[in-house]
Amino acid sequence: MRSGCDASVGDTADVTLEVQVEKKLADFALNVSFRAPAAPLSILGASGAGKTMLLRCIAGLEKPGRGRIALNDRVLFDSEQKIRTPARARRIALLFQNYALFPHRTVAENIAFGLYGLAPAEQAARIATLVARTHLTGLEKRYPRELSGGEQQRTALARALAIEPEALLLDEPLSALDTHLRAQVETELQDTFAAYRHPALLVTHNMEEAYRLSEQLLVLSRGRVAAFGAKGEIFRHPASVEVAQLTGCKNISRARAKADGTIEALDWDCRVRVAAKIGKAPKYIGIRAHHIDFLESAGDASAQENIFPCWVVRTSETPFRITLFLSLDQVHGEAGAHHLQAEVFKEKWQRFRERGFPWHLRLAPESLFLMDG
Amino acid sequence: MDWSPLWISLATSLTATAVTLLVGLAAAAWRENRSGAGAALIDGFFLLPLVLPPTVVGFFLLLLFGRNGPLGKLLLQFGATVVFSWPATVIAATVVAFPLMYLTARAALEQVDAHLLQAARTLGASEWRVFREVALPLAWPGVLAGTILSFARALGEFGATLMLAGNIPGRTETIPIAIYFAVEANEIQQALAWCALDVGISIALLGGLYYWTHAQRLRRERWGHR
Repeated sequence: MRSGCDASVGDTADVTLEVQVEKKLADFALNVSFRAPAAPLSILGASGAGKTMLLRCIAGLEKPGRGRIALNDRVLFDSEQKIRTPARARRIALLFQNYALFPHRTVAENIAFGLYGLAPAEQAARIATLVARTHLTGLEKRYPRELSGGEQQRTALARALAIEPEALLLDEPLSALDTHLRAQVETELQDTFAAYRHPALLVTHNMEEAYRLSEQLLVLSRGRVAAFGAKGEIFRHPASVEVAQLTGCKNISRARAKADGTIEALDWDCRVRVAAKIGKAPKYIGIRAHHIDFLESAGDASAQENIFPCWVVRTSETPFRITLFLSLDQVHGEAGAHHLQAEVFKEKWQRFRERGFPWHLRLAPESLFLMDG
Repeated sequence: MDWSPLWISLATSLTATAVTLLVGLAAAAWRENRSGAGAALIDGFFLLPLVLPPTVVGFFLLLLFGRNGPLGKLLLQFGATVVFSWPATVIAATVVAFPLMYLTARAALEQVDAHLLQAARTLGASEWRVFREVALPLAWPGVLAGTILSFARALGEFGATLMLAGNIPGRTETIPIAIYFAVEANEIQQALAWCALDVGISIALLGGLYYWTHAQRLRRERWGHR
Protein backbone atom coordinates (compact mmCIF):
# COMPACT_ATOMS: atom_id res chain seq x y z
CA MET A 1 0.00 0.00 0.00
CA ARG A 2 1.15 3.50 -0.73
CA SER A 3 -0.40 6.48 0.86
CA GLY A 4 -0.17 10.18 0.41
CA CYS A 5 -1.10 12.34 -2.47
CA ASP A 6 -0.20 10.14 -5.38
CA ALA A 7 -1.34 6.58 -5.20
CA SER A 8 -2.12 3.76 -7.52
CA VAL A 9 -3.50 0.30 -7.25
CA GLY A 10 -2.80 -2.71 -9.38
CA ASP A 11 -1.16 -2.95 -12.72
CA THR A 12 -1.16 0.26 -14.75
CA ALA A 13 -2.28 -1.74 -17.79
CA ASP A 14 -5.81 -2.12 -16.46
CA VAL A 15 -6.06 1.40 -15.11
CA THR A 16 -9.10 3.04 -16.62
CA LEU A 17 -9.95 6.17 -14.64
CA GLU A 18 -7.22 8.64 -13.91
CA VAL A 19 -8.08 11.49 -11.60
CA GLN A 20 -5.96 14.42 -10.61
CA VAL A 21 -7.98 17.23 -9.19
CA GLU A 22 -7.14 20.44 -7.39
CA LYS A 23 -9.92 22.72 -6.33
CA LYS A 24 -10.28 25.36 -3.64
CA LEU A 25 -13.23 24.76 -1.34
CA ALA A 26 -14.63 26.95 1.40
CA ASP A 27 -12.27 25.92 4.22
CA PHE A 28 -9.70 23.65 2.60
CA ALA A 29 -8.43 22.64 -0.82
CA LEU A 30 -9.36 19.45 -2.60
CA ASN A 31 -6.13 17.93 -3.83
CA VAL A 32 -6.59 14.37 -4.93
CA SER A 33 -4.79 12.14 -7.34
CA PHE A 34 -5.45 8.48 -7.96
CA ARG A 35 -5.99 5.87 -10.63
CA ALA A 36 -8.97 3.59 -10.40
CA PRO A 37 -9.06 0.18 -12.07
CA ALA A 38 -12.17 -1.29 -13.66
CA ALA A 39 -13.62 -2.35 -10.32
CA PRO A 40 -15.58 -0.88 -7.43
CA LEU A 41 -13.64 1.58 -5.30
CA SER A 42 -15.04 2.89 -2.04
CA ILE A 43 -14.17 6.44 -1.11
CA LEU A 44 -14.42 6.77 2.63
CA GLY A 45 -14.38 10.10 4.39
CA ALA A 46 -16.09 12.14 7.09
CA SER A 47 -18.83 14.56 6.07
CA GLY A 48 -17.33 17.57 4.38
CA ALA A 49 -14.11 15.79 3.38
CA GLY A 50 -14.72 16.75 -0.26
CA LYS A 51 -16.12 13.40 -1.44
CA THR A 52 -19.17 14.76 -3.22
CA MET A 53 -17.16 17.58 -4.80
CA LEU A 54 -14.68 15.01 -6.11
CA LEU A 55 -17.48 13.04 -7.81
CA ARG A 56 -18.96 16.23 -9.25
CA CYS A 57 -15.60 17.18 -10.73
CA ILE A 58 -15.26 13.77 -12.35
CA ALA A 59 -18.82 13.90 -13.71
CA GLY A 60 -18.17 17.34 -15.19
CA LEU A 61 -20.61 19.28 -13.03
CA GLU A 62 -17.85 21.27 -11.33
CA LYS A 63 -14.70 22.68 -12.80
CA PRO A 64 -11.50 21.81 -10.95
CA GLY A 65 -9.01 24.64 -10.53
CA ARG A 66 -6.26 22.46 -11.94
CA GLY A 67 -5.71 18.87 -12.90
CA ARG A 68 -6.42 16.14 -15.35
CA ILE A 69 -9.18 13.58 -15.65
CA ALA A 70 -8.96 10.76 -18.16
CA LEU A 71 -11.25 7.82 -18.73
CA ASN A 72 -9.85 4.96 -20.81
CA ASP A 73 -8.34 6.76 -23.81
CA ARG A 74 -10.36 9.94 -23.49
CA VAL A 75 -9.03 13.03 -21.78
CA LEU A 76 -12.09 14.62 -20.15
CA PHE A 77 -10.35 17.46 -18.42
CA ASP A 78 -6.91 18.92 -18.67
CA SER A 79 -6.26 22.37 -17.26
CA GLU A 80 -3.00 22.75 -19.16
CA GLN A 81 -4.32 21.68 -22.53
CA LYS A 82 -7.57 23.56 -21.85
CA ILE A 83 -9.66 20.47 -22.42
CA ARG A 84 -13.01 20.31 -20.68
CA THR A 85 -15.53 17.80 -21.98
CA PRO A 86 -19.06 18.80 -20.95
CA ALA A 87 -20.93 16.49 -18.59
CA ARG A 88 -23.29 15.31 -21.34
CA ALA A 89 -20.42 13.92 -23.43
CA ARG A 90 -18.47 12.20 -20.64
CA ARG A 91 -20.49 9.00 -20.46
CA ILE A 92 -20.10 9.00 -16.71
CA ALA A 93 -23.24 8.28 -14.73
CA LEU A 94 -23.68 9.94 -11.37
CA LEU A 95 -26.12 8.55 -8.86
CA PHE A 96 -27.17 11.48 -6.70
CA GLN A 97 -27.63 11.15 -2.97
CA ASN A 98 -31.31 12.08 -3.28
CA TYR A 99 -31.53 10.13 -6.58
CA ALA A 100 -32.69 13.22 -8.55
CA LEU A 101 -35.42 11.31 -10.36
CA PHE A 102 -37.53 13.42 -12.72
CA PRO A 103 -40.80 13.80 -10.80
CA HIS A 104 -42.86 14.41 -13.95
CA ARG A 105 -41.73 11.21 -15.63
CA THR A 106 -42.68 7.65 -14.85
CA VAL A 107 -40.14 4.97 -14.02
CA ALA A 108 -39.96 3.90 -17.67
CA GLU A 109 -39.71 7.52 -18.85
CA ASN A 110 -36.96 8.22 -16.34
CA ILE A 111 -34.97 5.26 -17.62
CA ALA A 112 -35.68 6.30 -21.22
CA PHE A 113 -34.21 9.77 -20.68
CA GLY A 114 -30.68 8.64 -21.51
CA LEU A 115 -31.85 6.55 -24.48
CA TYR A 116 -32.72 9.63 -26.52
CA GLY A 117 -32.29 9.17 -30.24
CA LEU A 118 -32.70 5.42 -30.28
CA ALA A 119 -35.48 3.82 -32.30
CA PRO A 120 -38.63 3.28 -30.18
CA ALA A 121 -38.38 -0.51 -30.45
CA GLU A 122 -34.75 -0.45 -29.36
CA GLN A 123 -35.63 1.88 -26.47
CA ALA A 124 -38.45 -0.39 -25.31
CA ALA A 125 -36.18 -3.43 -25.40
CA ARG A 126 -33.46 -1.68 -23.40
CA ILE A 127 -35.94 -0.40 -20.83
CA ALA A 128 -37.38 -3.90 -20.44
CA THR A 129 -33.91 -5.34 -19.84
CA LEU A 130 -33.02 -2.69 -17.28
CA VAL A 131 -36.37 -2.95 -15.51
CA ALA A 132 -35.92 -6.70 -15.17
CA ARG A 133 -32.34 -6.34 -14.03
CA THR A 134 -33.20 -3.83 -11.31
CA HIS A 135 -36.34 -5.70 -10.18
CA LEU A 136 -38.72 -2.92 -11.16
CA THR A 137 -41.13 -5.06 -13.14
CA GLY A 138 -44.71 -3.83 -12.77
CA LEU A 139 -43.64 -0.36 -11.62
CA GLU A 140 -42.90 1.07 -15.09
CA LYS A 141 -45.88 3.42 -15.10
CA ARG A 142 -45.45 4.71 -11.55
CA TYR A 143 -44.19 8.17 -10.74
CA PRO A 144 -41.15 8.48 -8.45
CA ARG A 145 -43.37 9.81 -5.66
CA GLU A 146 -45.28 6.52 -5.71
CA LEU A 147 -42.15 4.41 -5.11
CA SER A 148 -40.47 3.30 -1.90
CA GLY A 149 -36.96 4.52 -1.15
CA GLY A 150 -35.43 1.28 -2.39
CA GLU A 151 -37.44 1.40 -5.62
CA GLN A 152 -36.42 5.00 -6.20
CA GLN A 153 -32.81 4.01 -5.72
CA ARG A 154 -33.15 1.16 -8.22
CA THR A 155 -34.86 3.45 -10.73
CA ALA A 156 -31.99 5.91 -10.44
CA LEU A 157 -29.54 3.05 -10.93
CA ALA A 158 -31.42 1.74 -13.99
CA ARG A 159 -31.53 5.25 -15.44
CA ALA A 160 -27.79 5.63 -14.87
CA LEU A 161 -26.96 2.25 -16.41
CA ALA A 162 -29.15 2.99 -19.45
CA ILE A 163 -26.48 5.24 -20.96
CA GLU A 164 -23.97 2.36 -20.69
CA PRO A 165 -21.61 4.58 -18.77
CA GLU A 166 -17.88 3.99 -18.86
CA ALA A 167 -17.72 4.88 -15.18
CA LEU A 168 -20.32 4.89 -12.44
CA LEU A 169 -20.24 7.35 -9.56
CA LEU A 170 -22.42 6.75 -6.52
CA ASP A 171 -22.85 9.47 -3.91
CA GLU A 172 -23.84 7.93 -0.56
CA PRO A 173 -26.23 5.52 -2.28
CA LEU A 174 -27.57 4.03 0.94
CA SER A 175 -27.73 7.03 3.22
CA ALA A 176 -31.28 8.04 2.27
CA LEU A 177 -32.67 4.59 3.03
CA ASP A 178 -34.22 3.19 6.18
CA THR A 179 -32.02 0.76 8.07
CA HIS A 180 -34.07 -2.31 7.17
CA LEU A 181 -33.76 -1.50 3.45
CA ARG A 182 -30.05 -0.88 3.49
CA ALA A 183 -28.88 -4.47 3.68
CA GLN A 184 -31.15 -5.41 0.78
CA VAL A 185 -30.13 -2.50 -1.44
CA GLU A 186 -26.52 -3.13 -0.57
CA THR A 187 -26.83 -6.70 -1.84
CA GLU A 188 -28.40 -5.39 -5.03
CA LEU A 189 -25.52 -2.96 -5.44
CA GLN A 190 -23.07 -5.81 -5.04
CA ASP A 191 -24.83 -7.68 -7.86
CA THR A 192 -24.69 -4.58 -10.02
CA PHE A 193 -20.99 -4.13 -9.34
CA ALA A 194 -20.30 -7.78 -10.12
CA ALA A 195 -21.80 -7.32 -13.60
CA TYR A 196 -20.27 -3.92 -14.20
CA ARG A 197 -16.82 -4.07 -15.73
CA HIS A 198 -15.86 -0.43 -15.41
CA PRO A 199 -14.67 1.82 -12.62
CA ALA A 200 -17.36 2.38 -9.99
CA LEU A 201 -16.62 4.98 -7.33
CA LEU A 202 -18.74 4.74 -4.26
CA VAL A 203 -18.66 7.60 -1.79
CA THR A 204 -19.63 6.86 1.79
CA HIS A 205 -18.94 7.90 5.37
CA ASN A 206 -19.84 4.44 6.63
CA MET A 207 -16.72 2.30 7.02
CA GLU A 208 -18.65 -0.98 7.10
CA GLU A 209 -20.41 -0.13 3.84
CA ALA A 210 -17.09 0.85 2.30
CA TYR A 211 -15.53 -2.41 3.45
CA ARG A 212 -18.32 -4.65 2.19
CA LEU A 213 -18.79 -3.04 -1.22
CA SER A 214 -15.27 -2.98 -2.62
CA GLU A 215 -11.86 -4.56 -2.42
CA GLN A 216 -10.09 -1.25 -2.87
CA LEU A 217 -10.46 1.64 -0.52
CA LEU A 218 -9.57 5.30 -0.75
CA VAL A 219 -9.69 7.31 2.45
CA LEU A 220 -10.26 11.02 1.96
CA SER A 221 -9.54 13.47 4.72
CA ARG A 222 -9.98 17.21 4.35
CA GLY A 223 -9.56 17.02 0.59
CA ARG A 224 -6.50 14.76 0.57
CA VAL A 225 -5.91 11.07 0.02
CA ALA A 226 -5.08 9.74 3.48
CA ALA A 227 -4.86 6.12 2.35
CA PHE A 228 -5.40 4.15 -0.81
CA GLY A 229 -5.10 0.44 -1.35
CA ALA A 230 -6.43 -2.97 -0.41
CA LYS A 231 -9.10 -2.60 2.25
CA GLY A 232 -7.80 -5.38 4.52
CA GLU A 233 -4.39 -3.76 4.72
CA ILE A 234 -5.84 -0.32 5.47
CA PHE A 235 -8.03 -1.67 8.26
CA ARG A 236 -5.21 -3.80 9.74
CA HIS A 237 -2.48 -1.20 9.57
CA PRO A 238 -3.89 2.31 9.26
CA ALA A 239 -1.08 4.59 8.18
CA SER A 240 -2.20 7.58 10.21
CA VAL A 241 -4.42 8.62 13.09
CA GLU A 242 -7.05 10.01 10.69
CA VAL A 243 -7.24 6.76 8.79
CA ALA A 244 -7.44 4.81 12.05
CA GLN A 245 -10.31 7.00 13.25
CA LEU A 246 -12.17 6.89 9.93
CA THR A 247 -11.89 3.11 9.86
CA GLY A 248 -13.44 2.99 13.33
CA CYS A 249 -10.45 2.56 15.63
CA LYS A 250 -11.41 3.63 19.15
CA ASN A 251 -8.07 3.27 20.95
CA ILE A 252 -5.30 5.59 19.88
CA SER A 253 -2.51 6.75 22.13
CA ARG A 254 0.58 8.87 21.74
CA ALA A 255 3.57 6.54 21.67
CA ARG A 256 7.30 6.62 22.36
CA ALA A 257 9.77 3.92 21.35
CA LYS A 258 11.95 2.74 24.22
CA ALA A 259 15.55 1.48 24.06
CA ASP A 260 14.52 -2.03 25.12
CA GLY A 261 12.30 -2.45 22.05
CA THR A 262 9.04 -1.79 23.86
CA ILE A 263 6.64 1.06 23.14
CA GLU A 264 5.43 3.39 25.81
CA ALA A 265 1.76 4.25 25.27
CA LEU A 266 1.55 7.65 26.95
CA ASP A 267 -2.25 7.93 27.00
CA TRP A 268 -2.74 4.41 28.29
CA ASP A 269 -0.04 4.65 30.98
CA CYS A 270 1.58 1.36 29.97
CA ARG A 271 4.40 -0.22 28.05
CA VAL A 272 3.76 -2.78 25.37
CA ARG A 273 5.60 -5.03 22.99
CA VAL A 274 4.47 -4.99 19.36
CA ALA A 275 4.82 -7.67 16.70
CA ALA A 276 5.45 -5.23 13.86
CA LYS A 277 8.91 -3.89 13.23
CA ILE A 278 9.38 -0.50 14.79
CA GLY A 279 10.38 1.93 12.10
CA LYS A 280 11.56 5.51 12.53
CA ALA A 281 10.16 6.87 15.76
CA PRO A 282 6.44 6.09 15.70
CA LYS A 283 4.19 8.82 17.09
CA TYR A 284 1.01 6.89 17.81
CA ILE A 285 -0.13 3.40 18.69
CA GLY A 286 -3.58 1.91 18.23
CA ILE A 287 -5.67 -1.17 18.82
CA ARG A 288 -9.24 -1.89 17.76
CA ALA A 289 -11.84 -2.28 20.49
CA HIS A 290 -12.75 -5.84 19.53
CA HIS A 291 -9.12 -6.93 19.55
CA ILE A 292 -8.73 -6.48 23.28
CA ASP A 293 -8.70 -9.89 24.98
CA PHE A 294 -9.68 -10.75 28.53
CA LEU A 295 -7.97 -13.61 30.35
CA GLU A 296 -10.23 -16.28 31.73
CA SER A 297 -8.13 -16.59 34.90
CA ALA A 298 -5.49 -14.42 36.52
CA GLY A 299 -3.17 -17.46 36.61
CA ASP A 300 -2.48 -17.12 32.88
CA ALA A 301 -1.12 -13.66 33.48
CA SER A 302 2.51 -14.44 34.11
CA ALA A 303 2.86 -16.57 30.98
CA GLN A 304 2.32 -13.85 28.39
CA GLU A 305 3.29 -10.31 27.58
CA ASN A 306 1.19 -7.14 27.35
CA ILE A 307 -1.11 -8.21 30.16
CA PHE A 308 -2.53 -5.54 32.40
CA PRO A 309 -5.01 -5.44 35.28
CA CYS A 310 -8.07 -3.38 34.46
CA TRP A 311 -11.21 -1.90 36.01
CA VAL A 312 -14.49 -1.25 34.17
CA VAL A 313 -15.38 2.43 34.47
CA ARG A 314 -18.50 2.53 32.32
CA THR A 315 -20.41 0.40 29.82
CA SER A 316 -22.48 1.16 26.75
CA GLU A 317 -24.80 -1.43 25.26
CA THR A 318 -25.90 -2.18 21.71
CA PRO A 319 -28.29 -5.08 21.04
CA PHE A 320 -25.63 -7.77 20.77
CA ARG A 321 -22.43 -6.22 21.93
CA ILE A 322 -21.24 -4.16 24.81
CA THR A 323 -18.58 -1.52 24.93
CA LEU A 324 -16.48 -1.49 28.09
CA PHE A 325 -14.59 1.63 29.08
CA LEU A 326 -11.55 0.38 30.93
CA SER A 327 -9.01 1.89 33.23
CA LEU A 328 -5.63 0.24 33.79
CA ASP A 329 -5.30 1.96 37.14
CA GLN A 330 -7.80 1.64 39.98
CA VAL A 331 -7.52 5.23 41.24
CA HIS A 332 -7.70 6.63 37.72
CA GLY A 333 -10.77 4.46 37.09
CA GLU A 334 -12.53 5.54 40.25
CA ALA A 335 -12.14 9.12 39.08
CA GLY A 336 -14.24 8.10 36.04
CA ALA A 337 -11.46 8.28 33.46
CA HIS A 338 -10.77 5.43 31.06
CA HIS A 339 -7.74 4.37 29.06
CA LEU A 340 -9.18 1.89 26.59
CA GLN A 341 -12.44 0.82 24.97
CA ALA A 342 -13.11 -2.86 24.47
CA GLU A 343 -15.99 -4.38 22.59
CA VAL A 344 -17.24 -7.86 23.52
CA PHE A 345 -20.29 -9.98 22.77
CA LYS A 346 -22.94 -9.96 25.46
CA GLU A 347 -22.43 -13.68 26.18
CA LYS A 348 -18.89 -13.02 27.25
CA TRP A 349 -19.95 -10.02 29.28
CA GLN A 350 -22.51 -12.21 31.08
CA ARG A 351 -19.74 -14.62 32.09
CA PHE A 352 -17.39 -11.90 33.26
CA ARG A 353 -19.65 -9.40 34.94
CA GLU A 354 -19.91 -11.20 38.28
CA ARG A 355 -16.15 -11.43 38.73
CA GLY A 356 -14.29 -9.17 41.06
CA PHE A 357 -11.87 -6.57 39.81
CA PRO A 358 -9.24 -6.30 38.59
CA TRP A 359 -9.74 -8.29 35.43
CA HIS A 360 -6.78 -8.94 33.21
CA LEU A 361 -6.69 -7.77 29.64
CA ARG A 362 -4.22 -8.57 26.94
CA LEU A 363 -3.14 -6.28 24.10
CA ALA A 364 -1.95 -8.90 21.62
CA PRO A 365 1.31 -7.69 20.00
CA GLU A 366 0.02 -8.62 16.53
CA SER A 367 -3.15 -6.51 17.05
CA LEU A 368 -1.27 -3.37 17.98
CA PHE A 369 -0.28 -1.04 15.17
CA LEU A 370 1.99 1.96 15.03
CA MET A 371 1.35 5.20 13.18
CA ASP A 372 3.68 7.95 12.07
CA GLY A 373 1.25 10.84 12.21
CA MET B 1 -72.62 49.26 -31.35
CA ASP B 2 -69.15 49.05 -32.90
CA TRP B 3 -67.44 45.91 -31.58
CA SER B 4 -64.06 46.67 -33.11
CA PRO B 5 -62.38 47.66 -29.78
CA LEU B 6 -63.10 44.14 -28.46
CA TRP B 7 -61.47 42.41 -31.43
CA ILE B 8 -58.55 44.84 -31.46
CA SER B 9 -58.03 44.35 -27.73
CA LEU B 10 -58.13 40.56 -28.00
CA ALA B 11 -55.85 40.44 -31.04
CA THR B 12 -53.40 42.85 -29.42
CA SER B 13 -53.38 41.06 -26.06
CA LEU B 14 -53.03 37.59 -27.57
CA THR B 15 -50.20 38.66 -29.86
CA ALA B 16 -48.46 40.56 -27.06
CA THR B 17 -48.84 37.58 -24.69
CA ALA B 18 -47.38 35.17 -27.24
CA VAL B 19 -44.38 37.44 -27.84
CA THR B 20 -43.97 38.03 -24.10
CA LEU B 21 -44.09 34.31 -23.36
CA LEU B 22 -41.31 33.52 -25.82
CA VAL B 23 -39.10 36.50 -25.05
CA GLY B 24 -39.77 36.35 -21.30
CA LEU B 25 -38.94 32.63 -21.11
CA ALA B 26 -35.81 33.09 -23.19
CA ALA B 27 -34.69 35.98 -20.99
CA ALA B 28 -35.44 34.05 -17.80
CA ALA B 29 -33.59 30.97 -19.04
CA TRP B 30 -30.66 33.11 -20.13
CA ARG B 31 -30.56 34.83 -16.75
CA GLU B 32 -30.70 31.56 -14.78
CA ASN B 33 -27.06 30.63 -15.19
CA ARG B 34 -25.73 34.11 -14.69
CA SER B 35 -24.87 36.25 -11.74
CA GLY B 36 -22.95 39.40 -11.04
CA ALA B 37 -23.37 43.11 -11.50
CA GLY B 38 -24.01 42.94 -15.24
CA ALA B 39 -26.88 40.50 -14.82
CA ALA B 40 -28.35 42.56 -11.99
CA LEU B 41 -28.22 45.67 -14.17
CA ILE B 42 -30.05 43.86 -16.95
CA ASP B 43 -32.62 42.71 -14.38
CA GLY B 44 -33.25 46.33 -13.49
CA PHE B 45 -33.67 47.24 -17.12
CA PHE B 46 -36.13 44.37 -17.68
CA LEU B 47 -38.22 45.43 -14.71
CA LEU B 48 -38.27 49.11 -15.60
CA PRO B 49 -41.65 48.97 -17.43
CA LEU B 50 -43.20 47.61 -14.25
CA VAL B 51 -42.17 50.52 -12.07
CA LEU B 52 -42.37 53.40 -14.54
CA PRO B 53 -45.71 55.09 -15.21
CA PRO B 54 -47.09 53.71 -18.51
CA THR B 55 -47.12 57.19 -20.01
CA VAL B 56 -43.38 57.43 -19.42
CA VAL B 57 -42.88 54.02 -21.04
CA GLY B 58 -45.06 55.16 -23.94
CA PHE B 59 -43.09 58.36 -24.33
CA PHE B 60 -39.79 56.46 -24.43
CA LEU B 61 -41.26 54.08 -27.01
CA LEU B 62 -42.40 57.10 -29.04
CA LEU B 63 -38.86 58.47 -28.96
CA LEU B 64 -37.53 55.07 -30.00
CA PHE B 65 -39.99 54.33 -32.77
CA GLY B 66 -40.72 57.91 -33.94
CA ARG B 67 -39.52 59.27 -37.25
CA ASN B 68 -36.27 60.47 -35.70
CA GLY B 69 -35.86 57.58 -33.30
CA PRO B 70 -33.20 54.93 -33.95
CA LEU B 71 -35.69 52.09 -34.50
CA GLY B 72 -38.15 54.33 -36.35
CA LYS B 73 -35.44 55.37 -38.81
CA LEU B 74 -34.41 51.76 -39.32
CA LEU B 75 -37.97 50.66 -40.00
CA LEU B 76 -38.55 53.59 -42.33
CA GLN B 77 -35.85 52.22 -44.61
CA PHE B 78 -38.12 49.23 -45.15
CA GLY B 79 -41.08 51.56 -45.69
CA ALA B 80 -42.70 50.80 -42.36
CA THR B 81 -43.96 53.22 -39.76
CA VAL B 82 -44.98 51.84 -36.41
CA VAL B 83 -46.35 54.88 -34.64
CA PHE B 84 -50.17 55.14 -34.75
CA SER B 85 -50.59 51.69 -36.31
CA TRP B 86 -51.94 48.41 -34.92
CA PRO B 87 -48.42 46.96 -34.32
CA ALA B 88 -47.86 49.91 -31.98
CA THR B 89 -50.59 48.60 -29.67
CA VAL B 90 -48.83 45.22 -29.64
CA ILE B 91 -45.45 46.81 -28.91
CA ALA B 92 -46.84 48.90 -26.07
CA ALA B 93 -48.70 45.94 -24.54
CA THR B 94 -45.69 43.63 -24.90
CA VAL B 95 -43.24 46.00 -23.24
CA VAL B 96 -45.58 46.65 -20.34
CA ALA B 97 -46.47 42.96 -19.82
CA PHE B 98 -42.92 41.66 -20.22
CA PRO B 99 -41.69 42.23 -16.62
CA LEU B 100 -44.55 40.15 -15.20
CA MET B 101 -43.71 37.24 -17.48
CA TYR B 102 -40.00 37.57 -16.80
CA LEU B 103 -40.42 37.67 -13.03
CA THR B 104 -42.79 34.71 -12.78
CA ALA B 105 -40.85 32.59 -15.27
CA ARG B 106 -37.63 33.24 -13.40
CA ALA B 107 -39.17 32.37 -10.06
CA ALA B 108 -40.64 29.19 -11.53
CA LEU B 109 -37.35 28.13 -13.15
CA GLU B 110 -35.38 28.89 -10.00
CA GLN B 111 -37.59 26.53 -8.03
CA VAL B 112 -36.64 23.55 -10.16
CA ASP B 113 -34.16 21.38 -8.23
CA ALA B 114 -30.71 21.99 -9.75
CA HIS B 115 -29.84 18.32 -9.21
CA LEU B 116 -32.48 17.34 -11.76
CA LEU B 117 -30.87 19.54 -14.40
CA GLN B 118 -27.45 18.16 -13.55
CA ALA B 119 -28.72 14.59 -13.67
CA ALA B 120 -30.13 15.29 -17.13
CA ARG B 121 -26.75 16.61 -18.26
CA THR B 122 -24.87 13.55 -17.04
CA LEU B 123 -27.41 11.44 -18.95
CA GLY B 124 -26.25 13.04 -22.17
CA ALA B 125 -28.87 15.75 -22.68
CA SER B 126 -28.02 18.98 -24.51
CA GLU B 127 -28.81 22.27 -22.77
CA TRP B 128 -31.85 22.71 -25.02
CA ARG B 129 -33.15 19.28 -24.06
CA VAL B 130 -32.49 19.95 -20.38
CA PHE B 131 -34.59 23.10 -20.69
CA ARG B 132 -37.37 21.61 -22.80
CA GLU B 133 -37.75 18.24 -21.09
CA VAL B 134 -36.84 18.95 -17.48
CA ALA B 135 -36.80 22.64 -16.54
CA LEU B 136 -39.82 23.77 -18.54
CA PRO B 137 -42.26 20.96 -17.65
CA LEU B 138 -41.46 21.39 -13.96
CA ALA B 139 -41.68 25.18 -14.14
CA TRP B 140 -44.73 25.14 -16.42
CA PRO B 141 -47.42 25.88 -13.81
CA GLY B 142 -45.58 29.04 -12.79
CA VAL B 143 -44.91 29.97 -16.40
CA LEU B 144 -48.59 29.57 -17.23
CA ALA B 145 -49.62 31.73 -14.29
CA GLY B 146 -47.20 34.34 -15.63
CA THR B 147 -48.79 34.05 -19.06
CA ILE B 148 -52.26 34.73 -17.67
CA LEU B 149 -50.99 37.70 -15.67
CA SER B 150 -49.28 39.06 -18.78
CA PHE B 151 -52.47 38.68 -20.80
CA ALA B 152 -54.43 40.55 -18.15
CA ARG B 153 -51.84 43.32 -18.07
CA ALA B 154 -51.80 43.57 -21.87
CA LEU B 155 -55.59 43.73 -21.97
CA GLY B 156 -55.65 46.61 -19.51
CA GLU B 157 -52.86 48.61 -21.11
CA PHE B 158 -53.82 52.25 -21.65
CA GLY B 159 -51.14 54.89 -21.14
CA ALA B 160 -48.32 53.56 -23.27
CA THR B 161 -50.76 52.48 -25.98
CA LEU B 162 -52.29 55.92 -26.21
CA MET B 163 -48.85 57.53 -26.47
CA LEU B 164 -47.55 55.19 -29.16
CA ALA B 165 -50.67 54.10 -31.04
CA GLY B 166 -53.08 56.92 -30.45
CA ASN B 167 -56.82 56.47 -30.78
CA ILE B 168 -57.74 55.46 -34.29
CA PRO B 169 -61.17 53.78 -34.26
CA GLY B 170 -61.07 50.41 -36.01
CA ARG B 171 -57.27 50.29 -35.93
CA THR B 172 -55.74 51.19 -32.61
CA GLU B 173 -58.76 51.77 -30.40
CA THR B 174 -58.64 49.09 -27.69
CA ILE B 175 -61.27 48.67 -24.96
CA PRO B 176 -59.54 50.83 -22.32
CA ILE B 177 -59.10 53.62 -24.87
CA ALA B 178 -62.68 53.27 -26.03
CA ILE B 179 -63.82 53.62 -22.41
CA TYR B 180 -61.75 56.74 -21.88
CA PHE B 181 -63.03 58.47 -24.98
CA ALA B 182 -66.62 57.36 -24.32
CA VAL B 183 -66.48 58.97 -20.88
CA GLU B 184 -64.87 62.08 -22.33
CA ALA B 185 -67.69 62.34 -24.89
CA ASN B 186 -70.21 61.80 -22.10
CA GLU B 187 -71.43 58.49 -23.62
CA ILE B 188 -71.92 56.88 -20.24
CA GLN B 189 -73.95 53.91 -21.53
CA GLN B 190 -71.22 53.03 -23.99
CA ALA B 191 -68.54 53.31 -21.30
CA LEU B 192 -70.54 51.14 -18.93
CA ALA B 193 -70.99 48.45 -21.58
CA TRP B 194 -67.24 48.27 -22.22
CA CYS B 195 -66.54 48.23 -18.50
CA ALA B 196 -68.96 45.34 -18.02
CA LEU B 197 -67.23 43.44 -20.79
CA ASP B 198 -63.81 44.09 -19.23
CA VAL B 199 -65.03 42.88 -15.85
CA GLY B 200 -66.35 39.72 -17.52
CA ILE B 201 -63.06 38.98 -19.23
CA SER B 202 -61.13 39.62 -16.02
CA ILE B 203 -63.34 37.27 -14.00
CA ALA B 204 -62.92 34.58 -16.65
CA LEU B 205 -59.15 35.04 -16.48
CA LEU B 206 -59.05 34.84 -12.69
CA GLY B 207 -61.25 31.75 -12.84
CA GLY B 208 -58.85 30.20 -15.32
CA LEU B 209 -55.90 31.06 -13.09
CA TYR B 210 -57.62 29.58 -10.05
CA TYR B 211 -58.59 26.45 -11.91
CA TRP B 212 -55.08 26.07 -13.20
CA THR B 213 -53.33 26.50 -9.85
CA HIS B 214 -55.74 23.98 -8.39
CA ALA B 215 -55.04 21.45 -11.14
CA GLN B 216 -51.36 22.13 -10.72
CA ARG B 217 -51.54 21.41 -6.99
CA LEU B 218 -53.17 18.06 -7.74
CA ARG B 219 -50.50 17.25 -10.27
CA ARG B 220 -47.71 18.28 -7.95
CA GLU B 221 -49.09 15.99 -5.31
CA ARG B 222 -48.79 13.15 -7.79
CA TRP B 223 -45.25 14.14 -8.70
CA GLY B 224 -44.40 14.84 -5.13
CA HIS B 225 -42.44 17.83 -6.26
CA ARG B 226 -41.56 20.30 -3.56
